[in-house]
Amino acid sequence: MATLNSNIPTGPLAGKWNSHKFSSKLINPANKRKYKVIVVGAGLAGASASATLAELGYEVENFVFHDSPRRAHSIAAQGGINASKNYQNDGDSVHRLFYDTIKGGDYRSREANVHRLAEVSVNIIDQCTAQGVPFAREYGGLLDNRSFGGAQVSRTFYARGQTGQQLLLGAYSALSRMIGNGGVKSHTHAEMLDLVVVNGHAKGIIVRDLQTGEITRHVADAVVLATGGYGNVFNLSTYARGSNTTAIWRAYKRGACFANPCYTQIHPTCIPVSGDYQSKLTLMSESLRNDGRIWVPKRKEDCGKAPADIPEEQRDYFLERMYGAFGNLAPRDVSSRAAKYVCDEGRGIGPTGLGVYLDFSDAIGRLGESKIRERYGNLFAIYHEITAEDAYKTPMRIFPAVHYTMGGLWVDYNLMSNVPGLFVLGEANFSDHGANRLGASALMQGLADGYFVLPSTIATYLATVKPGSRPKVDQAEFKEAEESVRAMTRHFLGSKGKRTPSSFHKELGKIMWEYCGMARNKAGLEKAIQLISALREEYRTNLMVSGAENEWNQSLEVAGRVADFIELGELMCRDALMREESCGGHFREEYQYTGADPEVQQGLVNSGDVKRRDDQFAFVAAWEHAGAGKAPVLNREPLVYEEVKMSTRSYK
Amino acid sequence: MNLLLRIWRSSLGKKYVMALTGAALFVFLIGHLVGNLQVFGKPELINRYAALLKSQPGLLWGARIGLLACVGMHIAAAVTLLQANRAARPVGYAGGDAYGSTLASRVMPMSGLVILAFIIYHLLHFTAMQPGINGVGDFSKLRGELDGKPVTDVYAMMILGFQVWWVVLAYLVAQTLLFLHLGHGLASMFQSLGLRNHVWWPRIQVFARVASLALFIGYGSIPVAIFAGGLGKDYAAKSKIQLETGSIQKEVVR
Amino acid sequence: MKVKIKVWRQKNRNSNGSFVTYDSPDLNPNMSFLEMLDVVNEGLAVKGDEPIAFDHDCREGICGTCSLVIDGKPHGPHKGVATCQTYMRSFKEGDLITVEPFRATPFPLVKDLVVDRKSFDRIQQAGGFISVRTGSAPDANAVPVPKENADLAMDAAQCIGCGACVAACKNASAMLFVSAKVSHLGLLPQGQPERHRRVKAMVDQMDAEGFGGCTVTGSCEAVCPKEISLDFIARMNRDYAMSLLKGDPKGIAGGGA
Repeated sequence: MATLNSNIPTGPLAGKWNSHKFSSKLINPANKRKYKVIVVGAGLAGASASATLAELGYEVENFVFHDSPRRAHSIAAQGGINASKNYQNDGDSVHRLFYDTIKGGDYRSREANVHRLAEVSVNIIDQCTAQGVPFAREYGGLLDNRSFGGAQVSRTFYARGQTGQQLLLGAYSALSRMIGNGGVKSHTHAEMLDLVVVNGHAKGIIVRDLQTGEITRHVADAVVLATGGYGNVFNLSTYARGSNTTAIWRAYKRGACFANPCYTQIHPTCIPVSGDYQSKLTLMSESLRNDGRIWVPKRKEDCGKAPADIPEEQRDYFLERMYGAFGNLAPRDVSSRAAKYVCDEGRGIGPTGLGVYLDFSDAIGRLGESKIRERYGNLFAIYHEITAEDAYKTPMRIFPAVHYTMGGLWVDYNLMSNVPGLFVLGEANFSDHGANRLGASALMQGLADGYFVLPSTIATYLATVKPGSRPKVDQAEFKEAEESVRAMTRHFLGSKGKRTPSSFHKELGKIMWEYCGMARNKAGLEKAIQLISALREEYRTNLMVSGAENEWNQSLEVAGRVADFIELGELMCRDALMREESCGGHFREEYQYTGADPEVQQGLVNSGDVKRRDDQFAFVAAWEHAGAGKAPVLNREPLVYEEVKMSTRSYK
Repeated sequence: MNLLLRIWRSSLGKKYVMALTGAALFVFLIGHLVGNLQVFGKPELINRYAALLKSQPGLLWGARIGLLACVGMHIAAAVTLLQANRAARPVGYAGGDAYGSTLASRVMPMSGLVILAFIIYHLLHFTAMQPGINGVGDFSKLRGELDGKPVTDVYAMMILGFQVWWVVLAYLVAQTLLFLHLGHGLASMFQSLGLRNHVWWPRIQVFARVASLALFIGYGSIPVAIFAGGLGKDYAAKSKIQLETGSIQKEVVR
Repeated sequence: MKVKIKVWRQKNRNSNGSFVTYDSPDLNPNMSFLEMLDVVNEGLAVKGDEPIAFDHDCREGICGTCSLVIDGKPHGPHKGVATCQTYMRSFKEGDLITVEPFRATPFPLVKDLVVDRKSFDRIQQAGGFISVRTGSAPDANAVPVPKENADLAMDAAQCIGCGACVAACKNASAMLFVSAKVSHLGLLPQGQPERHRRVKAMVDQMDAEGFGGCTVTGSCEAVCPKEISLDFIARMNRDYAMSLLKGDPKGIAGGGA
């Protein structure tokens, strides 16, 4: 069993972060440059952490598999970033952002982490503005805000429809500055394929150069993984095609615990699937729900009609009907499931029947087309490009799609995993979003971790490491790790089966979406585990990988990533099976509110809403690798709520 | 000196050189045209103008050297930039090249080269008055008298020079390419010097088109009017005799 | 629908490349161009041939990873989109589509259709930033920015760093990219202290990387997936002239912080 100490500071919630910073050890400036830190990934978390650590004086090496540290999928976030600035004077505060996030996460996150996130959110906006991130502004020159799902205040800062890209370019510019002045050494086209653990501490990584195929060893005093989420386990998702779980999965196999793998966010507003060839799903920012109204026909028979031919009284604005207070701005998990229900009832629209309308005609009537164009012009353009439909004239068709994974490697309050010296940031860790993430919070978390949390907390670990005590790369542990990477490469290239890695990925995705997607149940999850284990066996025997080792070989890259996804898929199903409750994005059909429940009768929730079981499942499930062929071990970190009372989440 | 070296060493700096020398040459083209259009008046008009220029050798040679320097710098910058551009993009596309660009912008080096050849010819033709290349004879024999002083009969030289079809053709070809060169170059000049924004760019483009067209019409009208329009026909006949006999025909210059 | 694709195949930088023509399997017109390549590659792999290497990632037109010159135009036939947002319905049954890598000396070829665009990163590292250490920022509303400037800066900041501007330009000039970066920061009050130093450092690095010069052909603007305007090049020309006239301050080193 792993030892899981969350290291949450004592004292009142609001003072924990400050007192922790004060009581943590510092490293004097002269010693900082004696420490080397490896950062894997250059999305919001990785780039901001690399830059900030280097500014502090640490020697930093950054690794990305992309051709440039500016391509990570943080770039695709459209809507915005939350911060409790209360510039709108609408009653926002650190405490309200904290509370909204805890509630949005369905009481499955750590209070202390979330409060810290809410606290530093304001610094993020300051930092990014100073870097030149061109946030939207009002005519007076001050920053503009918009509202977002799961909140009743306007606290979301945005840069047209590409907030993610602008924030990432900000972090990338900070990183570029530090690369330019020698503070950070940047490795691009460099994929981490293993973690090196020496005497129980993370001390290095094994990397393959994607251009040349060369495999190299890298040593450091600490290793930071900021490699993003694993939603591509579903094959079809809003993730970039290259997003993968390999870095965190191989760290898991080296002893890091994987927490809450089954917590997956299904985003309600994506463009529906159109065919089997499809390689990815495209998100339409949630911000569209500010001005768009979601509906389906009241009667099944109307589904084939053109939307304009369905009269107002025959439309079911189901989110407004079911969740009056939040309406079209209900949280993502709630909105997605509501869309699934109406489609399950046969009232879905579009060629596949898996779609609902997102209608802007009211907003265009109220504000004029030019205002809507100003707010969402690029999103409408994306929609038009993909579907050849004009959303100014006819409603958009949308359907939920996998969008984010709240689970990830387990970390303590310092963002360190249970393997000392291994830190995990951003979406790759499990820390702040509980069982469901609110819109515009992922950017906030990535930057909070990278700019403000890790640079401070990493010292608590480094202070325990003697400067200059780094192991040498010719030590046995490094040789062993490199050899295991080489063995895997040889195995893949020697496979002489009949199926490509991508065909396995598609099959895995279908199993995951069917049995471990928006709604899960015991029988389905058990079946999925069997199917995946058979798939894994076939992957071992019937795989074909073209090309050679020492060259640019995309087949080989994909083969390694899919192998990890298959194993992870199985763990997700195990976690979902173990968690016999529904919470946030994890919906077990056996555990939902029905008409017989008093909460439904009192009008707090709807029948069909998620039903938590706090008495038994108020814990973080941290899975520990037990070796090949053995069932993983479940470790439980209890969730202790000091400030907020766990209650039924109501958005009515 | 450091600054000049810096300008020359940077690709943007060289573009400033191109733009500024181009601007100077453009101003010269306007002046030169105004001078030449006097051919549509009485012979005395343009001959007086020519005599005026020659009476100020300091200014004249200053301007000539300045202009040649501009041409030289314009070409030197163009050649070095062109070398860098070719090195940056040695391979073209099989599927078609230079999407979204105008013809004029793509043929700048070629049009520039033809204009250079033309400048050399033009200088030999009318300035150095090389007899072998004009298809007529020795222009230096064309002497007239103005206010009692002997002068070069520029009017006769032009009228006679443009009686030759292939000379007219050569001038028209060069002027067409100049038109293309200026149509792109005049607008680019503003771009290279940073004198543009979304408000002014459409106006700059209109200016470039109108100015280059005006120059084309202005310059082109001279050989066309002489060759096809019969401008100065009688004068040409008399000058032709002068060219052949070498005698001064005082009565034609009043 | 079915098409033929004529694709540049080249094993690596040092070997010779050539075009190879492939027949596509039956395609759905709603497929993206990259999905078409996926399908063709899947067919090649099953036959034991090596799949066509091409760069891609987000597939929603924002990461700037995808490249390709399709029938002579970077990012395919449509204006204002990246290759990944190009759909097969833009082509006709039986079309022969020529697919080539970005061609530019500062973008050396890696394999088939993949090129290396690190030169862009090095330009950024030379000066594409505002030097502000984490934690040292004043309140975000302390400095108001006129909305017009913020909007214009945003227009420039939209650049996704794909390199299509370089690929389209007959001179392989990076002026549109560099000017977008320079203008984004140069338009904001936060970017003023380093404005002239930034433009000089970035332009000098651009020259050092071997990009060609701008001859204002407008190809870059025509193919830019974010339709970034040539106005920004003019703005950079202006800023660079100012930086030359100002000269270097005494006794500072170039680069970095």
